[in-house]
Amino acid sequence: MNPVLEKTWRDPPGVVGMLSSINHKTIALRYLITAFAFFVLAGLAAALMRLQLAKPENTLVGPDLYNQLFTMHGTTMMFLFAVPVLLAMGVYLVPLMVGARSIAFPRMNAFSYWVFLAGGVMLWVAFFFDAGADTGWFSYPPLAGPEHSPGKRVDFWAQMITFSELSALLVAIEIIATVFKMRAPGMTLSRMPLFVWAMLVTAFMVLFAMPAVMFASSALIMDRLVGTHFYNYAEGGDPVLWQHLFWFFGHPEVYLIFIPGLGFISAIIATFARRPIYGYPAMVLALIATAFLGFGLWVHHMFAAQLPELGKSFFTAASMLIALPTAIQIFCWIATLWTGRIELRTPLLYVLAFFFILVAGGLTGIVVASVPLDLQLHDTYFVVAHLHYVLIGGAVFPLFGAWFYWFPKFTGRMMNERLGKWQFWLFFVGFNVAFFPMHQLGMEGMPRRVYTYGEAMGWGTLNFVATVGAVTIALSMLLFVINVFTSYRRGVPAAENPWRAATLEWAVASPPPAYNFDRQPVVRSREPLWELKDEIAENVSGLAEKSREVLITTVVDAFPDHRLPFPKPTIWPFVSAMAVTALFIGSIFTPWAVLWGAIPLAIAVTLWFWPKAEETKENLALEKRP
Amino acid sequence: MKQDMFAAAGPHAERIVELWWVTFGICAVVFAAVLIAFLLALRKGMAGSAVAARPYVPVAAALAVSTVLLVVLMLLSFGTDRALAKLAGEDPLKIEIIAHRWWWEARYQDPDPARSFTTANELHIPVGRAIELTLKADDVIHSFWVPNLGGKRDLIPGRTATLRLQAEQAGTYRGQCAEFCGVQHAKMGLVVYASDDYESWAQAQRASAAEPKTDEQKRGRELFVTGTCAMCHAIQGTAAHGRRAPDLTHFASRKTLAAGAVPNTPGYLAGWIIDPHSIKPGVNMPAHATLSASDLQALVAYLGTLK
Amino acid sequence: MSLDVSNLPSYRYGHHSLMWWGMMGLIAIEGTVFVMTVMAYFYLWSQAQSWPLSAAPPDLLWGTLNLLVLLASIYPNHWTKRVAEHGDERKMRIGLVVCGVFGLVLLAIRALEFTTLNVRWDTNAYGSVVWVLLGLHTVHLATDVYDTLALAALMFTGPQEGRRHVDVAENAMYWYFVVYSWIPIYAVLYWMPRLA
Repeated sequence: MNPVLEKTWRDPPGVVGMLSSINHKTIALRYLITAFAFFVLAGLAAALMRLQLAKPENTLVGPDLYNQLFTMHGTTMMFLFAVPVLLAMGVYLVPLMVGARSIAFPRMNAFSYWVFLAGGVMLWVAFFFDAGADTGWFSYPPLAGPEHSPGKRVDFWAQMITFSELSALLVAIEIIATVFKMRAPGMTLSRMPLFVWAMLVTAFMVLFAMPAVMFASSALIMDRLVGTHFYNYAEGGDPVLWQHLFWFFGHPEVYLIFIPGLGFISAIIATFARRPIYGYPAMVLALIATAFLGFGLWVHHMFAAQLPELGKSFFTAASMLIALPTAIQIFCWIATLWTGRIELRTPLLYVLAFFFILVAGGLTGIVVASVPLDLQLHDTYFVVAHLHYVLIGGAVFPLFGAWFYWFPKFTGRMMNERLGKWQFWLFFVGFNVAFFPMHQLGMEGMPRRVYTYGEAMGWGTLNFVATVGAVTIALSMLLFVINVFTSYRRGVPAAENPWRAATLEWAVASPPPAYNFDRQPVVRSREPLWELKDEIAENVSGLAEKSREVLITTVVDAFPDHRLPFPKPTIWPFVSAMAVTALFIGSIFTPWAVLWGAIPLAIAVTLWFWPKAEETKENLALEKRP
Repeated sequence: MKQDMFAAAGPHAERIVELWWVTFGICAVVFAAVLIAFLLALRKGMAGSAVAARPYVPVAAALAVSTVLLVVLMLLSFGTDRALAKLAGEDPLKIEIIAHRWWWEARYQDPDPARSFTTANELHIPVGRAIELTLKADDVIHSFWVPNLGGKRDLIPGRTATLRLQAEQAGTYRGQCAEFCGVQHAKMGLVVYASDDYESWAQAQRASAAEPKTDEQKRGRELFVTGTCAMCHAIQGTAAHGRRAPDLTHFASRKTLAAGAVPNTPGYLAGWIIDPHSIKPGVNMPAHATLSASDLQALVAYLGTLK
Repeated sequence: MSLDVSNLPSYRYGHHSLMWWGMMGLIAIEGTVFVMTVMAYFYLWSQAQSWPLSAAPPDLLWGTLNLLVLLASIYPNHWTKRVAEHGDERKMRIGLVVCGVFGLVLLAIRALEFTTLNVRWDTNAYGSVVWVLLGLHTVHLATDVYDTLALAALMFTGPQEGRRHVDVAENAMYWYFVVYSWIPIYAVLYWMPRLA
């Protein structure tokens, strides 16, 4: 512990300090907790849905509330839980894994959190005031257009998209800049941990996918608020335009969620098989290939719309071929396990669930990639089963594994293994009991998004079974929350590297000091802590300790390049986020809010970036011109 | 009444089920193989010390096999696509389907306009003859789906889609809207009756509405035509020409009511007329709570004559 | 053993700087939004019987003037970038003010441009996509003008860290994006309907 560095880098105290914090670990933990809260809310919505569907012609939940529930469930899970939580794991871990003191653009990082929080709160407050979004997470016009969805429900939904995508886009820039420019000396691109590669690839996908949905949702708000006709076929618009724009985003979105999960798996398998992942170059190329191919699949969500047959065939081919890079990863992981020395701890259990669940989900994906099969299965419970198998198997189970794995690093305490195993098995069994029957239900004709079904359809038994599974999942989540609370208070204290892992985040205390590394390491291998038997041989000196100096290195080879002063905690990101919030929410009600709202926003952002005289003086003293 | 892709009653659905079983078989084998490999790897890894093995060959081989299987599945899918397209069939029966929130309008086409007719929610089709559905929607996106006969197709406002189906077996097949279309999406069903006796049904549909016989039935017709009913519904041969709701000319020949939501019995019909929202909350049809009991009875009686 | 980095400079220009990467990220995002909007324009066209829908193409005058002034602004922009890279604060002040003036002129021309589009945003889908495409570019133009003027004001308030010179140089990059993105948008809005 270096008291000078600690004083330089720590968060200021008090409420103002909390609002001014720009430490990447603080912000990441806020993201994680907030995203988990949204996960619970979305899960409760799902529980209500499952209770309603447990028997035919049930009257627990009427159609209007049900439609809001499934919309809130999907929307919250996709926009307010999955993407933020996975990006946040990157925000916490990437700087540590690359040996940096901070994430790039830390103030923007703080701003992005407040924007995310505001958007999510807005959506759920609207829900509690009976203005919950109710046209599905994909919100197709004309149903979501001004004629068929009067009122503000869809506008709250569409604007929440703006909030959450803005937040994600900014975090993506930070991750890319951190990975390319702030790695410890010697950590060439080919020495980066696979998790860092996964987050880098994810960040690039975010940059190119999210603008599509931001444009689409803004156009929808404009159609509803100021009379544009993007989706109005009566005046030259086209509802199918929405589908193209939404799914151009929507398909990469699920890979955005899947790829960080792949990063977790690589990190955890390597540690618990006590060897590096087999086939590093293939693994990296597979991540990149998945990202590229992911942009070429979107029409498979539109096979039932009237589109040219030849075009559809292309998307069938692409949708099937994308299985190959994932297959490479799976085979390399199996090879790693086969040739390793395995320790079956809880994080590895979660990761292993992936092999069962995601592989099944991926295979049902190949089924629906076929146009004729999809024309039967599209918009049925078969797809509900498929999507939950791939998302929960591919991202959520690895995420829980990741939480068990890195909880000691975040909090300095180990999670309880026994509770962890109970939670795992409850979740695993509950998940399969809930979702496996849905394959059958879809094939037996049950469409999606129905608030009830007739007795005569014969779907009652399987629906009841699915509900039992859902309740089991809820129980497992309760166990998880209990484990988190009790471990945080009274868990076994964790050393720096309780799992004897190889990557740099395990070289610092648990939890890390505000400044991460006493001295930045110089890296000579892909598994720095294994190579050097837990000791870093060489580190960086010459960075100021009384001010926040950060080492910037070159992109490919990580040669030291310059020493950049980093900003201090400041309240302006929070204030700017509030200004943005006012602008976004105001513009649901009147377009003039954009103009008027721009003024406080401009002022806040200007004050954010305007250098303070004393900081300038301080930095000028240390400055060395190139 | 089934709504089930496996109980294929026509060549389109059959081809798709065949493709399903082959695809499922291949996927199941792959799943088992991956799972076994993984469990073996776990066992090996947990048992001994680290093996300095060279996994290159098995990994490459697995990748090669995966690629081959994927290509096979792709070709099978394309093959099925082609086979389905070839099932076009000659001299199809043409029906124009217009989807509304939350019911199906069906206009049977004929080169001779006198032989065209309109009905709603229940389609009768001949066995063994190609059916060509022209699909339109006038409010939001819906999707026409009768799994026993084939795949679905979206009905998108502003566009016209085509779907070809054919029944090879007589029977009753249920369908349902498969694109979320609002508060009563769940109860936008439809029924398809495939029979060898299509022509006699069509003949009856072409006729105008039956004349009421009893006084009560006549009063019912009077109420219908002069009241709010005629503003939305049409009954051919009367002054009711509303286009916003199902055509009721042969209403009594239908076995279900409210797009397959409930059986078409006098009891349900009375309940529907008094308050549709008790059966399908949110539908466009208003309640008629102020109808007197005798008026209601008259209406129900009249509607019962419309075979 | 240690690697001593105390002799390294405190900032560098171009792709060495973190700011460059941040700026490139923003440009990637905004560029993608433009691409999406242009694709929407062509998609709606592909669904239409005739194009533009019930409207004459936008008048050429203001849009073309805009193009010419934007292209002309490349020179002061490039000059400002170069003097920033040499750290000459006096010249930076001049350059930023000149660029700011160019920007204000462009905003005025843009305002006039909106009045001669020959269609309203709520007339039909063609009008909607034209207004939004032009509006998006205007937002970037306005933001960059504001940035430029704010930086100019900053450079007048006393000695600044060298890092601010990097900010000025990166602002020039953003200005390039505003200029170069206009070329295809101008071509789409003004010439595609005339040539097709």
